[in-house]
Amino acid sequence: MKLAFELNSRPVVLDVPPGRRLLDLLRDDLGLIGTKEGCGEGECGACTVLVDGSPKLACLMLAAQLPGCSVVTVEGLAQTGELHPLQKAFIDHGAVQCGFCTPGLLMASYALLQRHPQPSRQTVRDYLAGNLCRCTGYDQVVEAVLSVSRGGQRI
Amino acid sequence: MRNLEQLDVEHPRSLEEAVELLAAGGQAVAGGTDLVVGVRTARQTPNRLVYVGQIRELKQIVHDSQGARIGAAVSHAELFESTVADRLPILRQALSTIGGPAIRAMGTLGGNAANASPAADGLIPLYLLDTQVDIFGPDGERSVPIQSFIRGPGSPDLHPGELIRSFTVRFPRENPLSYFRKVGRRRALVIAIASLGSLVWVDGDRIRAARLALGSVAPTVLRPARVEEALVGCDLNAPALADIARQLGDETCPIDDVRASADYRRRVAGSLLLDMAEHLQ
Ligand SMILES: Cc1cc2nc3c(=O)[nH]c(=O)nc-3n(C[C@H](O)[C@H](O)[C@H](O)COP(=O)(O)OP(=O)(O)OC[C@H]3O[C@@H](n4cnc5c(N)ncnc54)[C@H](O)[C@@H]3O)c2cc1C
Ligand code: FES
Ligand code: FES
Repeated sequence: MKLAFELNSRPVVLDVPPGRRLLDLLRDDLGLIGTKEGCGEGECGACTVLVDGSPKLACLMLAAQLPGCSVVTVEGLAQTGELHPLQKAFIDHGAVQCGFCTPGLLMASYALLQRHPQPSRQTVRDYLAGNLCRCTGYDQVVEAVLSVSRGGQRI
Repeated sequence: MRNLEQLDVEHPRSLEEAVELLAAGGQAVAGGTDLVVGVRTARQTPNRLVYVGQIRELKQIVHDSQGARIGAAVSHAELFESTVADRLPILRQALSTIGGPAIRAMGTLGGNAANASPAADGLIPLYLLDTQVDIFGPDGERSVPIQSFIRGPGSPDLHPGELIRSFTVRFPRENPLSYFRKVGRRRALVIAIASLGSLVWVDGDRIRAARLALGSVAPTVLRPARVEEALVGCDLNAPALADIARQLGDETCPIDDVRASADYRRRVAGSLLLDMAEHLQ
């Protein structure tokens, strides 16, 4: 199918099989390898991206579901070449160890702060419940997200 | 592993077009949170998919003072945020336990119902609200009560070519108390070992009427009619309901599986009723 959608604020047109996963489309067709594949079954959140402002799992989305959508990946966070405040906060709080879960956690956190600029600690924990991290134990991630909301930056 | 990319995926714009494609042997896909996993693990082997998630009629929620009609392709997150959910707290209570935020943004009520899983959390409020399932197919429209729509595990009452168009719910009179709890191994992303949702009408401390719906303790979501009757006139507190909690366990017919034994599920069902009494009193 001919697929036209928006990716990180730029229009993209591709010829792809309609059953191709958004994840493969991003990583293999477009070379955006920030988005990771952990489980491939919706369980780990490593492939989280934003579609029309909502967090979605690129491992479960098909090209046929994408026409006209606006997709933001982790590459879209630092488009000016400077790290996004969330990315800086993750580094400052030790929220990145092996880093495999980080793009997904960043995108889920970004979606959260767009909805709730001042979330409670429990809201952050609840919102990140679909993102698994085998290294950090999550506390550093929650601290990083809370520090951005306390800093009052516009996300 | 079956290659998704070899599958044809149609994306019709209208209900009529969708039904034609389904009648020609296609299988509906909405959020894909069940089906894509099913295809990748070869549990499901459709020849052709029909994406119904962008058909306008399926995305609408309409309501009046009596009730609401919820489009089948409305996502859990959209329904959670809708004004209809303001009128039906039980919807928010149940939907907020489905997966995580991304699964809720993708998954739909239609997919949840068509799956006909005894553990489907979205089905619990539908059973409690005596929902009608509105079906659209090659022979036109029909509506069936949710209890007869779900014929057994994985077996919805859908003929070839038919799809769920919407769910029609009536607002319960005199806002009842509502309760939902799912018991699993952890709090997020779990399939229920057992779950209980309820609507309870009280006069003071006394139960005037009650509707219960249990997940994962029978081949389908269960409305335990005898227990609902027995609750009428009882005081809404845990000690007063101890006998009925045991009776509730007996009215279930759970199975042993990897998540829990039948006996444990029976006991959890009873405990959930006591937990409900503590939370609602
Ligand atoms: C990680 C993970 C966690 C999950 N957690 C939960 C949970 O906690 N609770 C829970 O209940 N479920 C859970 N699920 C299951 C799933 O997300 C839900 O059942 C969801 O509601 C399915 O909706 P969907 O639109 O994604 O369905 P799809 O995958 O698109 O479709 C599912 C089935 O329904 C059929 N179908 C879809 N729409 C229609 C229609 N309009 N008419 C007729 N047939 C239709 C499809 O043909 C298919 O057979 C989880 C899934 C994953 C991957
Ligand atoms: S790779 Fe998509 S959720 Fe794990
Ligand atoms: S940092 Fe290694 S999985 Fe999260």
